[in-house]
Amino acid sequence: MKQLFPLSLVLILTQTAFAFKVGLVLDKGGKDDKSFNSSAYAGATKAQKELGIELKYVEAMDTNAIENLHRSFAKKDFDLIVGIGFAQADAIKKIAAQFPEKKFAIVDGEVNLPNVKSLLFEEHEGSYLVGAIATMKSKTKVGFIGGMDIPLIRRFEMGYAAGIKKQNPKATLVSNYIGITGEAWNNPAKAKELALAQYNSGVEVIFVAAGASGSGVFDAAEEKKKLAIGVDSNQNWMKPGFILTSMLKRVDIAVFDTIKDAKEGKFAGGPVRFGLKSKGVDYSVDEHNDKILDAETRKKAEELKKQIISGQIVVPDYYKKAK
Amino acid sequence: MKSFLGFLFGVFLCLILSLFAGESPTHVLMVLLKSAFGSKYDLGLTLFYTTSLIFTGLSVCIAFYAGMFNIGAEGQLIIATLATAAVGILFPNVPSSLAPLFGIGVAIITGGLWGFIPGILKAKRGSHEVIITMMMNFIAAGIASYYVVGALKSTTSQNPESEMVSPNYLFKSFDPISQFFQDSPANLSLLIAIFLAVALHFFLFRSIKGFEIRALGQNEEAASVAGISGVQLKTLCMTLAGAFAGLVATNEILGSAGKFQLGFSPEYGFIGIAVALMARNRPLRIIFTAFLFGALQKGASDLDLETNAITRDFAKILQAVIILSVISFALIPLNFEKVKKWIKKQA
Repeated sequence: MKQLFPLSLVLILTQTAFAFKVGLVLDKGGKDDKSFNSSAYAGATKAQKELGIELKYVEAMDTNAIENLHRSFAKKDFDLIVGIGFAQADAIKKIAAQFPEKKFAIVDGEVNLPNVKSLLFEEHEGSYLVGAIATMKSKTKVGFIGGMDIPLIRRFEMGYAAGIKKQNPKATLVSNYIGITGEAWNNPAKAKELALAQYNSGVEVIFVAAGASGSGVFDAAEEKKKLAIGVDSNQNWMKPGFILTSMLKRVDIAVFDTIKDAKEGKFAGGPVRFGLKSKGVDYSVDEHNDKILDAETRKKAEELKKQIISGQIVVPDYYKKAK
Repeated sequence: MKSFLGFLFGVFLCLILSLFAGESPTHVLMVLLKSAFGSKYDLGLTLFYTTSLIFTGLSVCIAFYAGMFNIGAEGQLIIATLATAAVGILFPNVPSSLAPLFGIGVAIITGGLWGFIPGILKAKRGSHEVIITMMMNFIAAGIASYYVVGALKSTTSQNPESEMVSPNYLFKSFDPISQFFQDSPANLSLLIAIFLAVALHFFLFRSIKGFEIRALGQNEEAASVAGISGVQLKTLCMTLAGAFAGLVATNEILGSAGKFQLGFSPEYGFIGIAVALMARNRPLRIIFTAFLFGALQKGASDLDLETNAITRDFAKILQAVIILSVISFALIPLNFEKVKKWIKKQA
């Protein structure tokens, strides 16, 4: 051991001196939204602990600030700059072209440059699965609550609706959006009111894709003794027993892997799609929901998952429809 | 003078606060200065924010003179920006010599309309302008989201934003400011904003209409006895307020982005209230206070990046401390003439 000590000291020193530096630009939601940004932040901090990289994260103030932040990171000695959220695509496109020697990654957006890795998620596939699960757990009515009315959330809704139809063609979908401004991501009070109204009208399971507003829906589920489905991160722990499952979007894994590859010199530009196959999207099972999500439901869900992966089921994609 | 002292005191307080947060105050100060003046790009981005803030500051200012509080600058600028983008997309063939002027006209008219409605309701029906303008903000946000995810939706991007407007509308080719501040969004609109501030100054203090507006704002009854029509002037002032806020569209659409993006405004309309208050409603001073707030807006994200302890939220606290100290200094009964006399006496 003693001989090893100086060696490890040298290792530590060289590591800090030549540490791989990663800049993380979070979306306006900020790192504590318990959902999308939290997931990205978790992946980056995991890389910090396990890979010994140097991490600096910032939160965007407004659309113009995003470009400013990327430019500042690029001008400094950061090796990899990761942008979280579709709103950063334009900024990265511009800055990555001006700094071709730097590496960039973007989550939820597509930028076609050799030094940019685009991490894209097939949210509609995961939504399809939770749609089917929700329908198994209810009689006729299932609910959806979206945050801000934007194409990304429409994509969740469309996949979810398809999953419902597949499971029970007679089931109806009750769908609401919290708002039309960015404030909708952070309005649990209104989310709760919408959820209560849906539960009162006979809805039994609600899938909520609304960032930090989601907690309001979970409160309503507890109050009405009904079920809700979480999104992005595993949210089952937030109200154990009332959250059927969570539609996982493993931004954390995508961010971690990107940092790891870049550090090991294996960085490659271009789009990477995370679907059910690569477990980039999935539904969560843990100690908080293994009682409500019974074995039979899980078995059916796994079958559907296989069919989607093999291509037997093609889930409708809002983005493709829009084009 | 008082505002300036208040500003210095606010900065001083902020530096002490940052000391508590574990950052060296000199470092924080350097970051803030570098953030505003560090490079052409930095100054450009600060001036870009400044431009929009001059417009909204003037918008709040003119309404104040007529005794009204325009909370609606945010809605007025959103609807005008949306309309300008829509026109730029729907009429791509307007010749490039006319298109920018056409765009500016559309911005002024739609912004003005969004100010005219609360103005005439206030003048004729006495409906409170604060309530109406606030409601109009939500209507504007609703219309904007509806069109951006619907009819005007971009086909090439997943962002909630519109298509690009026709290049004929953009300032780019004859815009010395954006050519000077390369890569930054600063543009010709800055000159329009400064010109407008000067023009408003002469309008308010050198014209009969301006005098009437000021008289109305200070004492409505006295003004009406003197034969000044409140109905007409209030409507006029709110319409102008809307038109000024609407000019933000030139900065955003014609000058820089070229498309309507949901959430493009970091609440220019509301920061504009602070800009006007800090300038004590003097149009010429608004140019400088707008620059100050522009620098703070830009500095906030740079502080987040350059320091370890100061996050986005802490940067907002610093902004608030500066605003508060400027406004509270205005309350201190400090008479500089007396101070000068006292100093003379001592000597």
